[in-house]
Amino acid sequence: MNRRFRSVFLLSVLLMLFSGWARSELNVEITRGVEGAMPIAVVPFGQTILPGDNIGSIVAADLARSGRFKPLPESEMLETPTAPEQVRFRTWQLLKQDHLVIGRVQPGAGSQYEAEFFLYDAINGTLLTSARMPFNAPETRRTAHRIADMIYQQLTGEPGAFATRVAYVTVTGSGPRDRQYRLQIADTDGYNPQTIISSVEPIMSPAWAPDGKRIAYVSFENRTSAIFIQTLATGERQKVSDAPGINGAPAWSPDGSQLAMTLSKDGNPDVYVMNLASRSLRRITDHIGIDTEPNWSPDGSSIVFTSDRGGKPQLYIVSSSGGSAQRLTYEGEYNARGVFSPDGRSIAMVHGNGGDYRIAVMDLQTRALRVLTNGRLDESPGFAPNGSMILYASKSGGVGQLAAVSIDGRVQQSLRIDAGHVREPAWSP
Amino acid sequence: MKLVKTALIVSIMSLILSGCSSKGGVREESGAEAGVNGGPGGPEISKYGDGTDRGVYGGPGGTGYGPGAGGTGDPMLDDPTSPLSKRVIYFMYDSYEVLPEYREIVSAHARYLASHPERNVILEGHADERGSPEYNIALGEQRAKAVARMMQFQGINDGQVQIVSFGEEKPAVSGHDESAWQQNRRVEISYSGR
Repeated sequence: MNRRFRSVFLLSVLLMLFSGWARSELNVEITRGVEGAMPIAVVPFGQTILPGDNIGSIVAADLARSGRFKPLPESEMLETPTAPEQVRFRTWQLLKQDHLVIGRVQPGAGSQYEAEFFLYDAINGTLLTSARMPFNAPETRRTAHRIADMIYQQLTGEPGAFATRVAYVTVTGSGPRDRQYRLQIADTDGYNPQTIISSVEPIMSPAWAPDGKRIAYVSFENRTSAIFIQTLATGERQKVSDAPGINGAPAWSPDGSQLAMTLSKDGNPDVYVMNLASRSLRRITDHIGIDTEPNWSPDGSSIVFTSDRGGKPQLYIVSSSGGSAQRLTYEGEYNARGVFSPDGRSIAMVHGNGGDYRIAVMDLQTRALRVLTNGRLDESPGFAPNGSMILYASKSGGVGQLAAVSIDGRVQQSLRIDAGHVREPAWSP
Repeated sequence: MKLVKTALIVSIMSLILSGCSSKGGVREESGAEAGVNGGPGGPEISKYGDGTDRGVYGGPGGTGYGPGAGGTGDPMLDDPTSPLSKRVIYFMYDSYEVLPEYREIVSAHARYLASHPERNVILEGHADERGSPEYNIALGEQRAKAVARMMQFQGINDGQVQIVSFGEEKPAVSGHDESAWQQNRRVEISYSGR
């Protein structure tokens, strides 16, 4: 019994070691930052009982990645208070910090640990917010991201999106007959990447259900396209469409009851909406030529899609019950893959002009188009759930990578994953 | 006890293998590591949320057809002096019009199929990497359909032609300039049913 226990123990240690080593880590780097980012000191948390990641350091990295904060490097901290009675505001005022975050981890009552943090206005010496958060060891990073969300919301007035996740497709292998496609999910800082499906045939177009528990995607595993919905926690999946021809571009309705998609079973690619409970289909577009890439407005009333009915791909908008479509874009020779912002006021898209493909945003009220990125092959834009950033796929040095840009274009990040080509990002709700 | 040991060794081996392959090194695949519904060559499905990367990798291969991937079963199709030996049709950017220089190749295959009703083809449409992946799926299909329509005008049975579009997902050439792109905007004619 004792030896058996030792084997199991050894196995778990090895599992931990290897899972760390096998991780294809994602590196986030701010490539364009905001001038006048808010100075904030996030002191490493007092957490001698909790091994590994320091919550304070994770919070500081999250805030830095947003581009809106400039955390004080730990090496420049003159003091490292972990409890309110140890704070001397004068020290942080001398270091020209607007805000101060301190915290500590203690044994929890109903959970393994409890993190407590305090956010101060360092200039006025006032407490802005504080909270206690129970957690177990595997939730350490997630707890830190939640704290970062609370700080972000308190200081910017907008909800944070650090405790969310990103799905993306990786393509590895050297040649046409040696490719491996994987759909992975990672935290937004790139930690904890996990493969949810792996195939030698293409995987495309991951789309999160509004409940964040399921993902729809396209798989060519039977050498023709089919749309699947996979429940993340169980790995259980359902094939929802494998009609002859294209089964592509799944897009959830805001209430999660319907899935818009592209099917070509009736002759050419058109947009349809499937009622997921009854599996009945409603045809939304009926036009010769290509209609694809549907995306719902947040109120569910309309659908934006790409069509080449005018000769070149452009964005059109149609009622989600069907009817006649209106053209949205006129600027540039190529506008595709329109996605609504969470507030429904703007649409991000791939904008091709002069041979470059970049991410642009159109204000739906003024119809003004603003180009946000400067790559040659930028594609697959999607909004963060708080609407602050757009995540997209880019090619730098011939390798597909993820990148993010703030909706005002002022902050830009590259997210490098050491896993071949990385494509088609989708930010979780 | 022996069972525990065996399980231990298997787990470590699979972890080592998955570690190598995520670093782009050795891609030894263990067919024994079957996922929820993975057969050989099929996909491997994994749960999410248990804190470790449980991704196991699909069995090798399964992608073995297309031009040059084995014989077509008829020497007539492989005679290099015949237009039938040419089985890739190339397209202009964002276009699904079959260019005049490729019409003779398409016609030759149509005539062959009309006289060989037992033979079938898969028309595989592809696009270059520029622009949106799902738009490129649609573009690839329109290209394959344009070729299919030309063939159908010449009297082949609808059932002899099957269409699939891979968009920009399976480039013939990896490269990020016009010389690579023009080789990737294509329809591949693949004979099956030999």
